[in-house]
Amino acid sequence: MINLVRVIPRLDIKGPNLIKGIQFDGHRVLGLAEEFAEIYYAEGADELIYQDAVASLYRRNGLVDVVKRVAEKVFIPITVAGGIRSVEDIRTLLRSGADKVAINTAAIESPELLSLGAREFGSQCIVSAIEAFRGSDGKYRCWVDYGREPTAVDAIEWAQRVVDLGVGEILLTSINYEGMGSGYDLDLIAAVASRVTVPLIACGGAGCVDDLAKAVAAGADAVSAASLFHYCYARPKPLRKTMQEVGGRLRMGEQIDAGNIDFLNHGYGGERAIMVEPSSIGNAKNKMSTAGVRVRDVH
Amino acid sequence: MKRVTIIDYGLGNLFNLETALRVVGADAVVTSDPAEAQRAERLVLPGVGAFGPGMKVLREKSFEPAIREFAASGRPLLGICLGMQFLMTESEEDGVHGGFDFIAGRVVRFESEQAGERVCKVPQISWNALVENERAERPWAESVLRDVPVGANMYFVHSYYVKTVSPAATVAYTEYGGQRYSSVVGQGNVHGAQFHPERSGAHGLHLLKNFLEL
Repeated sequence: MINLVRVIPRLDIKGPNLIKGIQFDGHRVLGLAEEFAEIYYAEGADELIYQDAVASLYRRNGLVDVVKRVAEKVFIPITVAGGIRSVEDIRTLLRSGADKVAINTAAIESPELLSLGAREFGSQCIVSAIEAFRGSDGKYRCWVDYGREPTAVDAIEWAQRVVDLGVGEILLTSINYEGMGSGYDLDLIAAVASRVTVPLIACGGAGCVDDLAKAVAAGADAVSAASLFHYCYARPKPLRKTMQEVGGRLRMGEQIDAGNIDFLNHGYGGERAIMVEPSSIGNAKNKMSTAGVRVRDVH
Repeated sequence: MKRVTIIDYGLGNLFNLETALRVVGADAVVTSDPAEAQRAERLVLPGVGAFGPGMKVLREKSFEPAIREFAASGRPLLGICLGMQFLMTESEEDGVHGGFDFIAGRVVRFESEQAGERVCKVPQISWNALVENERAERPWAESVLRDVPVGANMYFVHSYYVKTVSPAATVAYTEYGGQRYSSVVGQGNVHGAQFHPERSGAHGLHLLKNFLEL
């Protein structure tokens, strides 16, 4: 029997807000992160990823309070990423309600953090976050600090190494494809999937629901997407239809206290128009199912 | 309000379990005191990590006799994930280690390869379905699964699985990697769930609510 493929919205969080950029840049505020988390749970998300978007700036993960606040409303697994640098950091997040932590930058700097974490808390809660950039030579290299800093580490070799270090999962993001809405980097997914024995979460680039099944065909065990789902549930003030459809529980444009809120006030358009065909989680799962991918029916 | 005591022996993330129990109406308390665990009205034995070291910590912290006394009293006991595996006779995880033996059963590893071919990834990190065991001593409708739909998906994270000696001790099966294993067990006052009810959405919360009513 083939496994159920997990559908995992990824929430990039700055302060209390959900933000979204393109190739880790040009972020706009979409609303309050915890309200999106609640909606995604109700809509049938199988897990959630919370990425602290400013962790590398402050050299620490600032999501403890957000994680704690949603614990009473969201009863699916939560993976927290961004700025996790020590076993103590891992402990703090797990005690606050995170089920798993995803580590990139600190693991590249000191790989033993992954094995220490796996030994202390179990492989199941240590996720290796790999942000891969494909250079003009065709090789994938790991980038760190939220898609900002290149390293010389070969991403495919690193994926094999982190499994030996004891991680329980790999969260694989293509920097080239991230936020572009042109689909996942299927070459990257296939290259990693064929070499690792742990579950692989594909991330970066989903632009329409068909892309999800393609990532699964390439070897992903789970698919993560951000814009694809965010823009279905987030609508700027003049276009509140979707919010009303879900009961008006999202209060976009209110209680927003930081970042570029131009999108919320003025809507789409301009040079950074969204590049996806937004989909609800239910619609995405139905389409995946039609394409022969087994997904969890929430009802 | 129904009181539930959660054992804290230093392993695992109890915050979500405690929160979920509160949300379904329990007066949930976390304790690292064996005497308090022994006096509990209802007891939850959680756990993540490895079997051998886990049992060792339970022994060192004097929880083992407290849990045995509690189970013998007939009050409801729920083991979750590794906590369910502790209820069995023994585990093959890194050598053979004895468990509580409340339910006769063994804990064995998923084989990622069979006849040289990869059949599954280990650990299983996935939602997966519960299949009713019609030979259960405690039928689905009288177990912690009462009113949970047959076939419901729950969230599993594990590399080792339980096989009860008697099929009667298994309330529900789940299939993974070509194996059919016990995902919910129940015998007398002893209950167990291999998945994480606190992370399994509405169906998982329902299981916790049912435990309060037993």
